[in-house]
Order: sequence, then structure tokens, then C-alpha cells
Amino acid sequence: MNRYYWILGAFAALVALLAVGLNLNPREVPSPLVGKPAPAFTLAQLAEPDKTLSPKDMQGKVWLFNVWSSWCVSCRQEHPVLVEFSKKVDVPLIGLNYKEVRGDGGFDMGKMSAEDEKKLAWERANSWLSQHGNPYKLTVMDLDGRVGIDYGVYGVPETYVIDKAGIIRMKHTGPITPEILSKKIMPLLAELNK
Amino acid sequence: MRRLLAVLLLGMALNLPSAFASSATEAAIAADPVTEKRLQKLSEELRCLVCQNQNIADSNAELAQDLRREVRTMIKDGKSDKEIIDFMVTRYGDFVLYRPPVQGNTLLLWGGPLVLLIVGIIALVRYQRRRAERVAAEDKPLSADEASRAEALLKELDNK
Repeated sequence: MNRYYWILGAFAALVALLAVGLNLNPREVPSPLVGKPAPAFTLAQLAEPDKTLSPKDMQGKVWLFNVWSSWCVSCRQEHPVLVEFSKKVDVPLIGLNYKEVRGDGGFDMGKMSAEDEKKLAWERANSWLSQHGNPYKLTVMDLDGRVGIDYGVYGVPETYVIDKAGIIRMKHTGPITPEILSKKIMPLLAELNK
Repeated sequence: MRRLLAVLLLGMALNLPSAFASSATEAAIAADPVTEKRLQKLSEELRCLVCQNQNIADSNAELAQDLRREVRTMIKDGKSDKEIIDFMVTRYGDFVLYRPPVQGNTLLLWGGPLVLLIVGIIALVRYQRRRAERVAAEDKPLSADEASRAEALLKELDNK
């Protein structure tokens, strides 16, 4: 009889192990960038294409860096949360428009000139923001996704919290829900802004 | 016993990483065979973060294509394999390595199967030994009383 208890115990342990494993989110890959300086870039702004922005322009401020695109379905889900956030909270939200044209998949990039891609990207991004509201202080355009690679972007939307010294303090992959905002992001912002 | 061992060995063989056929058919493959060979080798070592059970050589996800392009550029710039792998790890973490490194937090992953195998073999050997002992212990000649009872039963059978 003793042996059967032993087997039952082993089985229960296995079930517990699998239950934990199944409840983990494989999409949540811990970013090695947390605790490191935000990678440098210089990208053109959406509102004023002649102007650029670099992370060092944000030195001395706590800011949010949100990766989005008009073709990204989950961004649509998260967008109202960001709009709400921008109305209530005085923390600059910078957008990184990620591969607006190339990422869409509906275009033959071999046939499109750089000029045309740029024009189309600006058009699409602007119209999306005017349609859904613009929570961003400003948005910069990452047409080829090169800056996205430096930030380890693998699934839009992604959001980074960057502190006054330019260090990434948190990364969230996937849409921001009101719960994540109130439980994780807001407390961190309050702490960093002390 | 021998059959059991064969099954065990077969099971182990099936767990070995199989060589994956690659589906990376990009236009530039003809460009420079040496670069492409290195690209192929490196991208088999890197995980695609979009379709996580594929490496970036096999995956056709956008990100995998971008990362292959990035690796190709770095090879052309004369970067070493280690520099290229480090580039990926600083951005995407150890998770990007399709073959996880042997380190503190992966000891269970690497050593676990071996530990389980050893525990299994020990349990099997103990079980076999105990069984042999039990069989030996029960394999005694019949006592006089038992012998006469057996005799009587056999006789009864014969009479039927």
C-alpha cells in the first residue's frame, strides 16, 4: 500500500509541475535590456519630418517609449488606454512607429522606392493617429525596424519605461491593459519621479 | 531485460537533436557562398522570437528575415561568430540561443534527463534484485505435508 502512495505522490508532483508550466506565458521573455541604458538612435519625427529625436534629448525625464504601428491589431486594443493615460498623467509618452509599411505585409517592397515608402509611412501613421487619437508627445519613425532590433522588439506593441538617467527600468511586451498600467507602470513611474 | 534496455536506448536516440532541413531560400544565397554558409550556420543557432520553436534559418517570420539580414551585414563587416551571437544576446537575452548555454540556471535542463535516467536504472536494478530474492525464497522443496496434499490432488485429477 505504501508504494501506491508513493506513486500517487509522484503523479501529483508531475501534475503540479505541468500546471505551473502551462500557466507560464512563453511570450514573456525577460529582456536583458532592463537595467541597461536605452540604445541610442536618431530618427525622424512624425509630426515634423525635418526634426529628429534621440533618447539623450529625454535625459532628466522619466518617459515611456511605446512601439506601435497602424497594422498592429493589438495596438488598437491598447490605444484607448494610452490616450486615457496621456490625458491624466504628466509623463511624456514617445511613440516608435515600427515598420509602418514593410511590416504590413501587403506591399511588394522590391517595387517601392525609398521615397514612396517614406511618403506612405507618414500618411498611414498620421491618418491612424487622427482616427484613433494621439496620446504621444511625439512619434519617431523606424521604417526598416533597425532601431526595433536594438530594443529587442519582437512583438508590437511593446512599452519601455526609461528613467531620468536614460536607463530602461521596465519592458512590457504586448498591449498595456488598465490593470498593468495601474499595478505595474504607475507605481514605477511614481517611484522614479520621486 | 535485454529488450527493456533496447527500448531505453531507442528512447534516448530519439531525443537527440535531428538535423533540420532549412527553408531559407533568399535571393542572396547565390551572392557569396562563404557568407551564406556562415549565415546558415549562425541562424540555426538563433531562435526566432516570433515563432519560438523555430530557429531563424527555418522561420519565415518578418523578424527572422530582418535578423538574417542583420547577421549577413555583420558577417560582411568582418564580425566574428562570437560578436554576432553576443549582439543577439544583448538584445534578446539567452532565450535567443536555440541551444541554451550550460550555466547555473540551466543545470536542471541539461542534467535533469541524465539524473532521471540514473534514478530509473537504480530503481529497475533494485526491483529486479528484490524480485529475484523473493522468487528464490519461495522456491523451496515441498514439506512432507504439502507433498502428500499435492499427491492427493493429482490423484483426484487422474480419476476424473
